[in-house]
Amino acid sequence: MRKLTLILAVLASGTLMAQNRAGAPSQAQASGPVNPVFDKYVQPDVSFDVYFAESKSKPATPDAQGFIRRWTLLDPISKQEISSNTLFTDSWLRTEFAKEYFEGQNTVIPQDGDSVTVKIPRRAARGGMMRMGGMGGLGAAPQQAPAQTQAAAQPEFNEVSLKWHSVDSKRYNVKLYRFAKSLGMRPTEGLFLGVTVVNAPEDMTVRLAAGSNSASMWWVNGEEVLLLSGDRRMVVDDGVSKEFTLKQGANIVRCSVINGPGMSDFCVRFIGQDGKPVTNLTITNK
Amino acid sequence: MKKIFAAAALSALVMGAYAQTGDIFIHDPSTIVKCNGIYYTFGTGGGGLMSDDGWTWRSGAVRPGGGVAPDALKIGDRYLVTYSGNYPGTQGKTHGIATTMWATTLNPDSVDYSAEELVAWAGADDDCYCIDPALLLDPTTGRLWMSYGTYFGAIRIVELDPKTAKRLEKSTPVDVAIDCEATALMYHNGWYYLLGTHGTCCDGVNSTYNIVCGRSREVTGPYVDNVGRDMLQGGGKMVLSAGNRVTGPGHFGRYIEEEGCEKMSCHFEADLERSGKSVLGIRSLLWKNDWPVAADPFKEGTFEIESERRGYALELAVDFVRMQGAGRGFGNASTPNIPVPNQILADVIGDWPKGNIDIRLNDYMFRPHQRWTVTAVGDKGGYLGAPYYKITIEGTNRALAATADGELTAVPQYTGAPEQLWRIEQLIDGTYRIISEKVPGHIGEQFALVCTGDCSLTLGKYNFNDVNCKWNFRDR
Repeated sequence: MRKLTLILAVLASGTLMAQNRAGAPSQAQASGPVNPVFDKYVQPDVSFDVYFAESKSKPATPDAQGFIRRWTLLDPISKQEISSNTLFTDSWLRTEFAKEYFEGQNTVIPQDGDSVTVKIPRRAARGGMMRMGGMGGLGAAPQQAPAQTQAAAQPEFNEVSLKWHSVDSKRYNVKLYRFAKSLGMRPTEGLFLGVTVVNAPEDMTVRLAAGSNSASMWWVNGEEVLLLSGDRRMVVDDGVSKEFTLKQGANIVRCSVINGPGMSDFCVRFIGQDGKPVTNLTITNK
Repeated sequence: MKKIFAAAALSALVMGAYAQTGDIFIHDPSTIVKCNGIYYTFGTGGGGLMSDDGWTWRSGAVRPGGGVAPDALKIGDRYLVTYSGNYPGTQGKTHGIATTMWATTLNPDSVDYSAEELVAWAGADDDCYCIDPALLLDPTTGRLWMSYGTYFGAIRIVELDPKTAKRLEKSTPVDVAIDCEATALMYHNGWYYLLGTHGTCCDGVNSTYNIVCGRSREVTGPYVDNVGRDMLQGGGKMVLSAGNRVTGPGHFGRYIEEEGCEKMSCHFEADLERSGKSVLGIRSLLWKNDWPVAADPFKEGTFEIESERRGYALELAVDFVRMQGAGRGFGNASTPNIPVPNQILADVIGDWPKGNIDIRLNDYMFRPHQRWTVTAVGDKGGYLGAPYYKITIEGTNRALAATADGELTAVPQYTGAPEQLWRIEQLIDGTYRIISEKVPGHIGEQFALVCTGDCSLTLGKYNFNDVNCKWNFRDR
């Protein structure tokens, strides 16, 4: 009790040199003296560049362990009504993942920079799509659409413009929390939509193996292949689909990952009939 | 994130043999340590529990600082305590930090904690949230390590100075796991183990908290599970999950009674016998192929008590009474199959001596003089993690007892005398030791059932490496 005064002083003086993508110190920088001991270890790593690179035109391949790192991700759809992940039952998730937030949600192959307009329930829209101050971001911030009316009868939904971002994860897992935060968006209580295109050299019998924090659903060529329900942590190969065929050529893989409070990420790969990760694929976002 | 559960002071209730008794309400308990014969564990929110025998607990342990999820470790003749807290940071966010402090005694009347040392921290934007510290004094090197972290980002390990408990300046935190919290470290047979808690915390009877582990040849990892999955990939082999009307085990702590007899502590998020409150749990810790497994609590019942030495059964030294009505069983395959009833107590008890009966070992034939009913005794105290048991012949009050000359007998009536009480503990290999609560005339000595031959036994000193000291309870 008596001793924590010093500790608190040390912490209060610590400077968090959070940087945005441009490398400029963000508003996370505190005023006051820098404590070298504290700063030595507190290396903020919220910047986009720590976790992601922008996708290049050259096709990617799975990493050595087969993980698919190239994705086109939509700005998170705010789900501020989710106060706990314990509500992620199978039936709740099926209802949620069946919602169509924008036309073509289940068919489009989005391109980097494409925008869609999403209807957000008013409660979520008020706070959920606001940028977080000073955290930098990837491109322009999603813009809150002008209020449709200011009449006494408030609309049930607000329309919000969200943007697609083609990224290559620098880690085997796609850190959605950091993705959102680097956009200056709320990293928690959100629904993340992802799309990637997997090109197979021939017809291949595979299973899709995924882990996600928290719940997720996975589709290949429009067919649902896996649901991970409940308050899940991201574990490699947590859930593995039944066998299906990756057809020769392009295969469209979609995922929806939903999370309440806390960290959010996913990892996914294909497993061949020999039980080993499939690596002889190319991955594009077109 | 953790919620703070204050240990409530409730009257002692014996709720069965599956959980501790007394004031056992705690969340995020530290590893149990013993100081001057008293067991202590500290919890989130300050304070903690203490117990004279390890079975009946009471509040009253003292730990300053509040905060969350402490750990404790005895090093030499001092006690090292660490805990974590949330402290204001920039932009209204919080940092997690961990501090250490020493005490020469944990006696709440004279406890003397030293000034705290800040040993681990993480910024609000760091990919780690520095709570839930846990300590390991490496028995092979004498080096002191601390793991910390929660679901938010990485679990990390950092090295401390075992003399000062300050963080070594050269020690840079190492990421060793993701997606878990409430970690612990331990060493066993050439392996280091990182235990973490997965699942949902703090949701009462619906909490899915569970304890998993990975192992490594190096204390700094990589920690890999039984399918070769790194804990940095979310891997982990189950150590303990819900069951026996308790849910959400978390915050593993290891306690070594002596060689071959280990216990683990944890909290259960909800005890369904106690309004779903969070309670202290203690289980035997088993090792299977160098993987830790929490034992199920010993369940009362009627058993063959079998020697690990020969596989013979504990029995009353009475005449073997042949069963009638079924003769030699071969050469008559064409006759109808008719069930043969078991020999029952009434068939034989009339011929048993009325006084004490000697105890021996023999072939198990599921006869009444070989069938022992093991029953928890609620009002006689216990030992770390369990109450004392009485061991009686099925359907009678004839009880196994220790004699003043260090031998065994079966007294005609159970009276609750100390020499009729037994401590039953599962050993790390899954067998059991059976120890007399008290041998008349012997104070401060511990006597276990020990085979002296295939058919004979006595009371002697427990030795894990001696097969004569090990027993199995078989329901057959």
